[in-house]
Amino acid sequence: MRMPLSWLAEYTDLAPGVRGADVAASLVRVGLEEEDLHGGDITGPLVVGRVLSFELEPQKNGKTIRWCTVDVGRNGQMLAEGKHQEIVCGAHNFEVGDLVVCVLPGAVLPGGFEIAARKTYGHVSNGMICAEDEIGLGHDHEGIIVLSRLLGEEKAATLQPGDDAIALLGLGEETVETNVTPDRGYCFSVRGLAREYWHAQGSPEGGYRDPADVATPRHGAGGYAVELKDDSPIDGNEGCDRYVARIVRGIDPTRPSPAWMGKRLTQMGMRPISLAVDVTNYVMLAVGQPLHAFDVDTLSGSIVVRRARAGETLTTLDDVERTLSPEDLLITDGGEQALAIAGVMGGASSEVSDTTTDVLIEAAHFDPTTVARSSRRHRLITEASKRFERGVDPRVTAAAAQLAVDLLVEHGGGTVDDAVTDVDRTTDRTAYLLDVTEPARIVGVDYPRERVVGILRDLGCVVEESGEGTDETHVLVTPPSWRPDLVDAPDYAEEVARIDGYNNIPSITPTPSDGRGLTHGQKARRVVADALAGAGLTEVLSYPFVSEELADQLMLAADDDRRHAVRLANPLSEERPLLRTSILASLVDTLRRNVARGRKDVAIYELGLVFRPGGAVGTAPVPGVATRPDAETLEELYAAVPAQPRRAGMLATGQAEQAGWWGPGRAADWSDMVAAVQTVAAALAVPVVVANDPGHAPWHPGRCARISLADGTLVGHAGELHPKVVAALDLPARTVAAEFDVDVLVVASAEPVQARPFSTFPPAMTDIALLVASDVAAADVEAALRSGAGDWLESVVLFDVYEGERIESDHRSLAYRLTFRAPDRTLTTDEVNGFRDAAVASATSATGAVQR
Amino acid sequence: MSGPNTNYDPVEVSALDPANVDAAVQDAISAITAASSLDDLKAARIAHQGEKSPLALANREIGALPPSAKAEAGKRVGQARGRVGQALAARQAELEAERDERILVDERVDVTVPALRREPGSRHPIDLVAQRLVDAFVGMGWEVAEGPELESEWLNFDALNLGPDHPARQMQDTFFLDPVDSGLVLRTQTSPVQIRTMLEKEPPIYVVAPGKVFRTDDLDATHTPVFHQIECLAIDKGLTMAHLRGALDAFVRIMFGEETRTRVRANYFPFTEPSMETDFLCFACHGEETWGSAEPCRTCGGSGWIELGGSGMVNRKVLRTCGIDPDVYSGFAFGLGIERALQLRHGVQGMHDIVEGDVRFSQQFGMGV
Repeated sequence: MRMPLSWLAEYTDLAPGVRGADVAASLVRVGLEEEDLHGGDITGPLVVGRVLSFELEPQKNGKTIRWCTVDVGRNGQMLAEGKHQEIVCGAHNFEVGDLVVCVLPGAVLPGGFEIAARKTYGHVSNGMICAEDEIGLGHDHEGIIVLSRLLGEEKAATLQPGDDAIALLGLGEETVETNVTPDRGYCFSVRGLAREYWHAQGSPEGGYRDPADVATPRHGAGGYAVELKDDSPIDGNEGCDRYVARIVRGIDPTRPSPAWMGKRLTQMGMRPISLAVDVTNYVMLAVGQPLHAFDVDTLSGSIVVRRARAGETLTTLDDVERTLSPEDLLITDGGEQALAIAGVMGGASSEVSDTTTDVLIEAAHFDPTTVARSSRRHRLITEASKRFERGVDPRVTAAAAQLAVDLLVEHGGGTVDDAVTDVDRTTDRTAYLLDVTEPARIVGVDYPRERVVGILRDLGCVVEESGEGTDETHVLVTPPSWRPDLVDAPDYAEEVARIDGYNNIPSITPTPSDGRGLTHGQKARRVVADALAGAGLTEVLSYPFVSEELADQLMLAADDDRRHAVRLANPLSEERPLLRTSILASLVDTLRRNVARGRKDVAIYELGLVFRPGGAVGTAPVPGVATRPDAETLEELYAAVPAQPRRAGMLATGQAEQAGWWGPGRAADWSDMVAAVQTVAAALAVPVVVANDPGHAPWHPGRCARISLADGTLVGHAGELHPKVVAALDLPARTVAAEFDVDVLVVASAEPVQARPFSTFPPAMTDIALLVASDVAAADVEAALRSGAGDWLESVVLFDVYEGERIESDHRSLAYRLTFRAPDRTLTTDEVNGFRDAAVASATSATGAVQR
Repeated sequence: MSGPNTNYDPVEVSALDPANVDAAVQDAISAITAASSLDDLKAARIAHQGEKSPLALANREIGALPPSAKAEAGKRVGQARGRVGQALAARQAELEAERDERILVDERVDVTVPALRREPGSRHPIDLVAQRLVDAFVGMGWEVAEGPELESEWLNFDALNLGPDHPARQMQDTFFLDPVDSGLVLRTQTSPVQIRTMLEKEPPIYVVAPGKVFRTDDLDATHTPVFHQIECLAIDKGLTMAHLRGALDAFVRIMFGEETRTRVRANYFPFTEPSMETDFLCFACHGEETWGSAEPCRTCGGSGWIELGGSGMVNRKVLRTCGIDPDVYSGFAFGLGIERALQLRHGVQGMHDIVEGDVRFSQQFGMGV
């Protein structure tokens, strides 16, 4: 919401010399955030110019500039040379003959941007043709300003080249723009902002002049007939509880809006259109009440406010035919013909035109929810809907209509009908019994009773210190009509705090007393993340959105649970409507991006949630919010949320170790991935078992490790990706991958590690070579050795694997070093040999291994 | 020559002649001194201290001397052998020291050649920034709460006093699940974690909730559809906005330094009443208002203040929805975007680097920030 300082000064006292920045700072203090400052920082010449001609000149950089000749009247700086102003312009949204805004050498634009004649694109440009943002008028930089479009043809017709554009566009004074929060609908008016500015000055006596403080006639017989017929209110609130209709007849449709009004509308970011429309906009900006002007000649019956019928349509002012919903509230002609969507937008049929002489001014109060829903349903956010959905003062209705009537009579030459329609079903607010010590308890500042009462009265509340329930600490507070947001003690506490000053609130560090630190899971997850980084992988993040084709590209079987993905109703891209069921599903994009950026060696990981509904998504209940839902409903609510296990995914390609002075490098292979998972497990002191897994997508069937806990619980998979997956996803050949369930490791590491005693006697080592069939897993041989070697086996290390000519085909020779150690003595060679033979025998019976 | 000889005259045994003994010593010392290597010294040792060396031979003659002469000759030869022995040991030590020195020189390498055969890994700074804040709050006695990313609409909206007509619930902001009536969304804020905590725990509650959130924004310099928030929630007896300010100040100091100044102002959030917005003094321009000038401060946009995030006292409606009696307990909540904290603290220019997963981005941060 914008506010020129001169307008602010009409409603409140402004100290001489106050700048826009001072006003913005004052408003921030009472909770209205500064958005921007406009105007006030331009020094001329900024003038109206008429484009006389231009030549198109293509440039080397691909742009085409326009080499323009512009008539800037007596301001022409090249007149002595017998020429009009010559200016280079990059925009293309104007024609010869258009009136534009030119800034000429010597001028200074917002931001201290000094304009001088300068050489550009092979010409000397004597100034610049301006876009809105360049002169602080708006944010538009789509093209330059064409005045007939900005101000309307009518206004433009009155302009001459050379006219001062600073005054024309109201750029000579500062306009403050503030951000209005949804609870302060009244600040969508200069009336409201001026009131807040006054509060920021300490609410000095007599320092605020309410523009809505005008005499208004009462409802009387003979006014235009209005019927409020809402047969299906939303949440029990009638769609319209007040409707004022005033008629002004005999307006001269050729009369323009007064210049001061057009200038203000421009300063506020609106475009002047015609007197009737400008007046409704001006009054809305002044007091916050949206108004609508109907052409009386287009109306045939009484005005009936009702809900729309199913299938009913209305062509709105923006020339869009809209199919209405039974929740839309309509203004209708005689209950039949729809004229407007209440509080949102009028219809084309009853629009005031350039021949309209008799105007019906509508000032009504509509239900915020009704307007908000219609606005969203039709994707129509208008100046009116913005105000109604935040709540308009239901007591300003008649005053707003009166202000509009007065302006139309004064500037349009019309006469107002004596009969007035004011259907008023609004009710008085009830008083709230406020404990005046409550603001102190909520805010933490010890406000005395008189401070609380004083602030609330300044805000417009009626504070009664006698009456039912009042005592030393209780008063009855009735909020002002423009503050529907003030309901209970916290609301009043906020008002007291903000007017007293939020910065008076002290800072006290809270001191919780029974924090238990991070949970085991939270600590364990950090260990996982750090271990993976320590293993040489780089942590990255990826978006969880994946395509429907991905499941096939990953070669997931028809019955694979990872095919049960959650689907978004409104994905960012229709090509990626699903949520990932594995980390790898989205991490592959990240790998590809790194490779595409020229990086050959990549090893990345991501920790995150995956979405595993395990079937169709259920429906979550939506209980009420008045009280805590019962246990059963909560149970249902939690259960409806799909499972989201926390997983880690890894991908690597290129060299795991670099080539260098030490010799050649080593390519990342399946074993790096297995090792990374083992590193993580070891970091959490969780023993894991590795097995060959020939059937788990998306891995290579011959190069996939299944990693599980000692009890068989699956942890994850690691190895090389299936070549078809690599091809389908356009990954580098031999890309390796792993994915595991972090939660499984977290649970497995939850119990404290129990230390085993260890011997200080010397170890005894013995080496064996076993011949086994190639399809026997080394892990199985090792397990058999361990089970047969007895209690004093300390370690088994596979230190060589040989396949080749010296041994039987389809066999491998596995060379192990067994280390034994007794807890209480040095083992003898005979004892060690005995253990070794027992271990070998176990391996032989379990795997067919033969000692070489 | 070494046989017993009863008529033996010691004076006439030339090997024991003092001059000869001296000469043998001199010869030995010359040879020892001349030895330029441990091998030379070994040869000198054999020649002058070995079994067949002159002094060893002389020593043998002593046995044949009459007892009266043995003492003097023994002393003479013993001293001579002692001098040779000392000379040998000294030279041995010298030559060994030289050899050790030479080995160190010979073994010299250029240690500036590359040593890292494997590139070190690194963590993503979003997690690291969150950890930093979490750790500071845990140190003050807070705990960490977490919740699912795919969440029920009721927990994400209704329970937070964001009724069905609230703008945030509309399609343009929220990812809804298919079918839309499933009542499930990708959480748009970490606040549902607060609701879950309040539903599950009895006060006092002091929790910090970091996590991933989702909005239907396209990726650009300042927006990303997937980002991270961190929120704090405290519910206890007697908490006021002063405690909220205290917690916020702690938060800002942890992130941007002990000297950081804050200002607070009223704002509106459905979840809180009263609500508060916190700004902190721009650390780049130190609060100089530069907007409207030719070069507005790039960090704060020119206002001199940087918006930290929304906060306030938990709305009584929300407490009631969670079964907490607002007449007994009060509480506050605040939150901010971690991406923004990361950008401000580490000078990250745009959003792209944070979300695109280019390893060069994470690698700048190592394992901790």
